[in-house]
Amino acid sequence: MSQLVIFSLLNGVLYGMLLFMLASGLTLIFSMMGVLNFAHASFYMLGAYFGFEISRRLGFWPGVVIAPLLVGAVGAVVERYGLRRVHRYGHVSELLFTFGLAFVIEQLIEMFWGKTPADYRVPQSLDFVAFRMFGTDYPAYKMFVLLTAAGMFVFLIAILRRTRVGLIIRAALTHPNMVAMLGHNVPRVFMLVFGVGCALAGLAGAIAGPALVTQPSMAADLGPILFVVVIVGGMGSLAGAFIASLLVGIIQTFAVAINLSLSQVFGSTAPPLLGDLWAVTVAQLAPIIPYVLLILVLIFRPTGLMGTRES
Amino acid sequence: MTAPALELVDLTKKFGPTEIIRGVSLAIESGERHAIIGPNGAGKTTLFHLISGRLRPTSGRIMLAGRSVDGLRPYQISRLGLSRSFQVTNIFPKLSVYENLLCATLWSLGARYAFWESLARRRDAAERAEALATRIGLAHRRDVPAGVLAYAEQRALEIGIALGGDPEVLLLDEPTAGMSRRETEQTVELIRNATAGKTLVMVEHDMSVIFGLATRISVLVYGRVLASGSPESIRANREVQQAYLGEATHA
Amino acid sequence: MNRILRFLAPWLATAAALAAAPLVFRSNFALTTMSLIGINVIFALSFNILLGQTGLLSFGHAVYYGLGAFVAIHALNAAVDANLGLPLPLFVLVGGLGGLFFGYLFGVVVCRRGGLVFSMITLGVGELVSSCSFILRSFFGGEEGIVTNRTGPGPFLGYTFGPQMQVYYLTAAWCFLAIVATYALTRTPLGRVWNAARENPERAEFLGYKPETLRLYACCFAALFAGIAGALSAINFEIATSELLGSQESTLVLLMAYVGGTGHFVGPILGAALVTYMQIRLSDLTDIWQLYFGVAFIGVVLLAPGGIAGWVAMHVQAWRRGELARLLPSYALAAPAIAIAAVGAVLVIELTHRLFAHAMGQSTLLRIGPLALDAQSAGPWALAGVLALGGGFALRWVWPRVRQAWGAAASGRKGSAA
Repeated sequence: MSQLVIFSLLNGVLYGMLLFMLASGLTLIFSMMGVLNFAHASFYMLGAYFGFEISRRLGFWPGVVIAPLLVGAVGAVVERYGLRRVHRYGHVSELLFTFGLAFVIEQLIEMFWGKTPADYRVPQSLDFVAFRMFGTDYPAYKMFVLLTAAGMFVFLIAILRRTRVGLIIRAALTHPNMVAMLGHNVPRVFMLVFGVGCALAGLAGAIAGPALVTQPSMAADLGPILFVVVIVGGMGSLAGAFIASLLVGIIQTFAVAINLSLSQVFGSTAPPLLGDLWAVTVAQLAPIIPYVLLILVLIFRPTGLMGTRES
Repeated sequence: MTAPALELVDLTKKFGPTEIIRGVSLAIESGERHAIIGPNGAGKTTLFHLISGRLRPTSGRIMLAGRSVDGLRPYQISRLGLSRSFQVTNIFPKLSVYENLLCATLWSLGARYAFWESLARRRDAAERAEALATRIGLAHRRDVPAGVLAYAEQRALEIGIALGGDPEVLLLDEPTAGMSRRETEQTVELIRNATAGKTLVMVEHDMSVIFGLATRISVLVYGRVLASGSPESIRANREVQQAYLGEATHA
Repeated sequence: MNRILRFLAPWLATAAALAAAPLVFRSNFALTTMSLIGINVIFALSFNILLGQTGLLSFGHAVYYGLGAFVAIHALNAAVDANLGLPLPLFVLVGGLGGLFFGYLFGVVVCRRGGLVFSMITLGVGELVSSCSFILRSFFGGEEGIVTNRTGPGPFLGYTFGPQMQVYYLTAAWCFLAIVATYALTRTPLGRVWNAARENPERAEFLGYKPETLRLYACCFAALFAGIAGALSAINFEIATSELLGSQESTLVLLMAYVGGTGHFVGPILGAALVTYMQIRLSDLTDIWQLYFGVAFIGVVLLAPGGIAGWVAMHVQAWRRGELARLLPSYALAAPAIAIAAVGAVLVIELTHRLFAHAMGQSTLLRIGPLALDAQSAGPWALAGVLALGGGFALRWVWPRVRQAWGAAASGRKGSAA
């Protein structure tokens, strides 16, 4: 039993940190530019596929370094030539633009790499067992992902709180016009933030690719959960995104491990209405748990756990 | 004795550790034209936000005709007969001037969420909107989308929308900001006519407007009311002169 | 008398067009297509109650479409089993009421927030319902869905609704009703206040309207009409599957309304017709039709946020001012440039697709009518490159002229924003 708890906890934290890698970039972009980047999970997917291609030719480690840079570059171009144009039409148009972008990216990936999963493998150097507990192995690669995510979090906080660039970004978060008048190139800062946000998503993809499955539906699977995390945490709050990511990650992972169903608890005669629910296990319900959490938060705490910026 | 039209009792508002409104108490009687003046950053607009429900007070009470309204939401306060205009023009850009005004009248005329009747058939709303349009001097621009209007016209529309619900208490936030001499005079006339028999509270910087319109003035400095009284007494008040008017004449 | 005629004219024309269409397009395929267009028109109009009217962007609108279909189909099957003798057209209304029920149920939660958060919540609810549809097998029928027989209820006024022609007229009748009803809705006090909330949600609250309630009304009406569309779909195809409430369907209705133009009442009607037709046609021509849809969508968002209706309206205004003639010369230059660039771009995309499809075991030949271009040889690429680049450069050269012409014609008017 404790084996289940510990491994589920580890996996849950891992999943939560992965979510946070994405949610942090999304939150930063939203706080800064007021844009909800619907294509954020798509940049994550691009990172995985770029990482895959580069790792095939140059090796895993170059892939992990180059893929995020490429994705960041794509993000910067998207901001410069797409988002900036659409900005004057309002938030709905910006959202629709990123929505269309997400769709097109998925189609392009299907075109170039096909619909079946890509064989993105864990590199030899990390393909060993980190530790053994209760007779089950925990792979080192997962520890690597965990460490990278934690490192990213520390890096982000450090940049925002201790560097000049971070100060400018935090200022432009609430007073972009003032920051522009102080001589800073605010459009360039926006492009930088969008690019870096996308690069972080790309890094998450390049690293998570071997651990999870690299396939064209990656973005569509993770995207909605990402938005749930951001809303539950409170739009515009990094701390809230962190808490919500871990919450969703841990709860969902635990749920998958639980094979209980109502029929096991209450006996096998199903009630006449919604009888299907009787035989359903908690594990089968795991995919919808984030959305149930979303609805609960909306009912009891509509601004999210730590909501700051109102959209 | 009837309750004041609008009463603030020990009102405070904090944003985190920063206290913007530090204990404001005011009683505004029905029919008064009350001006609130003060240096920038004194908290005048914040006060309006508190009264109209956009912000919740940290402590203190707000009473509209004796009824407690602090903590209520803007739509609830609006339904109780308090209407406001905004410092930064806050209109409905793609709707025409006429439609802007029409929307403002609908709730108070009982139209509510009516989806079973045609809008065109509501004579009462149409008449009131037309009358308002004439009153604010925009009858000739009736069908122009509000976003296309000139600045002064938008400010006039702003006041018109605030008047639409036929409120008992009207809050005007810097109604003549950015206007020329002539436009200011016209707006003052409009305000004077429109608020006959009603209670007006306005924030203004233009002294001639204030001394021309107001029956009482309150001076707000750093979130506190420094002085409150008739225009003459405010003009003569030493403290006020030092804190506000005095600086202006030296500047 | 004249005024009444002028008022009724567009409605009579629409009714006449709907009635006469099967006489012009007689094939079964055409009838099915037109029925589908009718269904999608209702669906897109329902979506626009949310977006165009109230400014609420929903990513999960298909939920009400799908649920309306399932409610209608279950009701139909139950009524036939119980021999209630209720006529088929009634079940369209049942589907609508089903949609309305769920619109209220979900709306109470979904409509708590507005703006971008509303959009994300609709996405979440859409995924939730979609996932649930695989769990609740008895209602949603699992992978096979739920089937029905539309002739089950027996003849109504002599019609069995077996032949596609009769189903088309049923659909067309409901379509006409829906158009009239949604249009009438825009002329009510509620409709006008929705517009105000779209323009400035904050100020609308200061007018005495509770924002959550306004949104809930919009949600409910939109769900009602979406349910009607869903029920018609269930009747038309005699099946309801969980795909109907999935993200693909939600995306499609968004595309239809937006490409048609959300700022005008007829926009979604145009969009539904165009997108439905293109989807059927394009999916025959190429595997990657979805990519083209995506690119076209982004194009509309970037270049013509008012959609087709907005674009037409712009030109109608220019024509009214007598300025249309001034635009024609630059358009005459721009049109071939656009055409060439488009052909080139499509060629590049198709050749790329062929090239990569080869890695997955498919042929590298791109077939266009009698031609067969090999994606592995240089010739077709050179051709595609020349057309795309040539057209692109020509367009870059011509575009300032178009802009100039518009500047002269528009004189001070800004472009239509979404």
